[in-house]
Amino acid sequence: MRIIVLLKQVPDTDEVKMDEKTGTMIREGLQAIINPLDLHALEEALRLKEKKGGEVVAISMGPPQTEEALREALAMGIDEAYLLSDRKLAGADTWATSKALSKAIEKLGKFDLILAGEKATDGETGQVGPEVSAMLDIPFSTYVNRVKEVTSEGLVVSRVVEEGYEDQFLPFPCLLTVVKDINEPRMPTLRGKIKARRAELKLLKADDLELSESEMGLKGSPTRVVKINYPKISRNAKIYSVKDLNKALDDLVDILKKMAVI
Amino acid sequence: MDFDVLVVGEVRNSKIHSVTYELTSKARELADKLGSEVEVLLLYSRCEDELEDLIYRGADRVLFVKNEELKFFNQEIWTNIVTDVALKRQPYIMLTGATSSGRTFFPAVAAKLNTGLTADCTGLDIEEETNLLLQTRPAIGGNVMATIKTPNHRPQMATVRPRTFRPLPKDESRKGEIVELKPDESLFNVRVKTLRFERDESQNVNIQDADVVVAFGKGIKKPENVKYISELAEALKAAIGASRAAVDAKWIGYPHQVGLSGKVVSPKLYIAAGISGAVQHIAGMQTSEYIVAINKDPEAPIFRIANFGIVGDLFEVIPELTKRIKLEIEKSGGKNK
Repeated sequence: MRIIVLLKQVPDTDEVKMDEKTGTMIREGLQAIINPLDLHALEEALRLKEKKGGEVVAISMGPPQTEEALREALAMGIDEAYLLSDRKLAGADTWATSKALSKAIEKLGKFDLILAGEKATDGETGQVGPEVSAMLDIPFSTYVNRVKEVTSEGLVVSRVVEEGYEDQFLPFPCLLTVVKDINEPRMPTLRGKIKARRAELKLLKADDLELSESEMGLKGSPTRVVKINYPKISRNAKIYSVKDLNKALDDLVDILKKMAVI
Repeated sequence: MDFDVLVVGEVRNSKIHSVTYELTSKARELADKLGSEVEVLLLYSRCEDELEDLIYRGADRVLFVKNEELKFFNQEIWTNIVTDVALKRQPYIMLTGATSSGRTFFPAVAAKLNTGLTADCTGLDIEEETNLLLQTRPAIGGNVMATIKTPNHRPQMATVRPRTFRPLPKDESRKGEIVELKPDESLFNVRVKTLRFERDESQNVNIQDADVVVAFGKGIKKPENVKYISELAEALKAAIGASRAAVDAKWIGYPHQVGLSGKVVSPKLYIAAGISGAVQHIAGMQTSEYIVAINKDPEAPIFRIANFGIVGDLFEVIPELTKRIKLEIEKSGGKNK
């Protein structure tokens, strides 16, 4: 089985502190990490390989420092890492990102499965997985919380939706985006880390993609960010101490009644 | 017409899902600014609700596809049909709910149509000078609101968070037409098969559709204590949410997780008990209409985004609150709501 994992490097939002005065996020000094849900995709790929044999390849598009994310993936045990990095690809929206990734994937040879996180914690769109599959014209599923069965033809997965769970069958080659419930990602081993340090990253450039410049990066993006606002997130809460619990509950019950919640 | 707005609605459990009415209402507003029409597309095998209701609430035309193959959600069939309808009707704007299905098939449709798609919008408007759709969405965990345009590609596509817009009141004098579409059989011939759907019978899991969410975090200390939350949730007929810490500790299942690596919710009322309010959690609930926070630590960031806070031990506060609410409901004759 040959599995391709799509990785994205994101700022570590867990470590984010808020600026008390402006109510906005302090972005300086944020560490870059592998998008947490992509780690689950990576783990699932490694488990499938352990069970069925084969190869796990990761690809990431981003600035040169994305190399760190790919080295971490190598340390976890993937076989090959591709870095797609080029100034011409900068500023890509989900369509242009998906276009570049799908063209790059076509360069990676035959595969059975593509895995990615359901969404990235920075953009939170969840669109790149489905878009890549549509561009490659392969079947896909999203919100996958379990790979239930793997046969020679394809796999049966369970996906989490609002009101329950859905089982789907997808023939190979196909693409899945996964949620964190699917597994517990492993830690890189020391041996893995040493190996990863020496491993060779394969570099891909915009020119390798056979795309016109009008399909790449910001220029090739159908969408444009035209305005950014920093909403101040303070609602000036009325705060009660537990010493005044009775008064607090009186007031709260009144509010809930007014809201017609009770 | 030239500037039509197409809403792809959702029929869930044989009922038209509320996000369909919410989007129809917003689409009406946009179409009025553009001088165009609102079309609503529904795909289903069974629908118990009257389709006229969508016309009474803002649609000019309801397009529906009724087929046994649509009994379960199938992203490939949906992508095929919606793409086909879009190519034939050439809408100017296309909207759907940012639900698990909308967030699945809409990106595939956008890719097939070679156009842009903005995810999880919480604001939509028409720019007067250009007639372009202004799509506003929270980014970077809700710390930034980004406004996005799709200047040269059509249709302009967006998924919209459920509970963002209000449905229009019913106006039975509104006229419109209902049209059955019969897509080509080949569009149902797909590779993905949906084998079965297992409904989660616990009523408290659908945190995205609930009016009230009671959520807990690490402050609950051990799994046995979840019962305090369940009791309050039951009294309020609320869904139960949880922070990542609580889910990671396996005190409750992942479908309950609110936040960046879980679900985004915006209920009328969100009660956060023993949740400190990490950025990762706040991103998932800050658009709630009214937020009540209960936490021992007066410095907990959750208080900064709350409307109402009680600084205290949740084990002291929650049971009292539950008692009071039950009492109140009894007083009002036992009718909840």
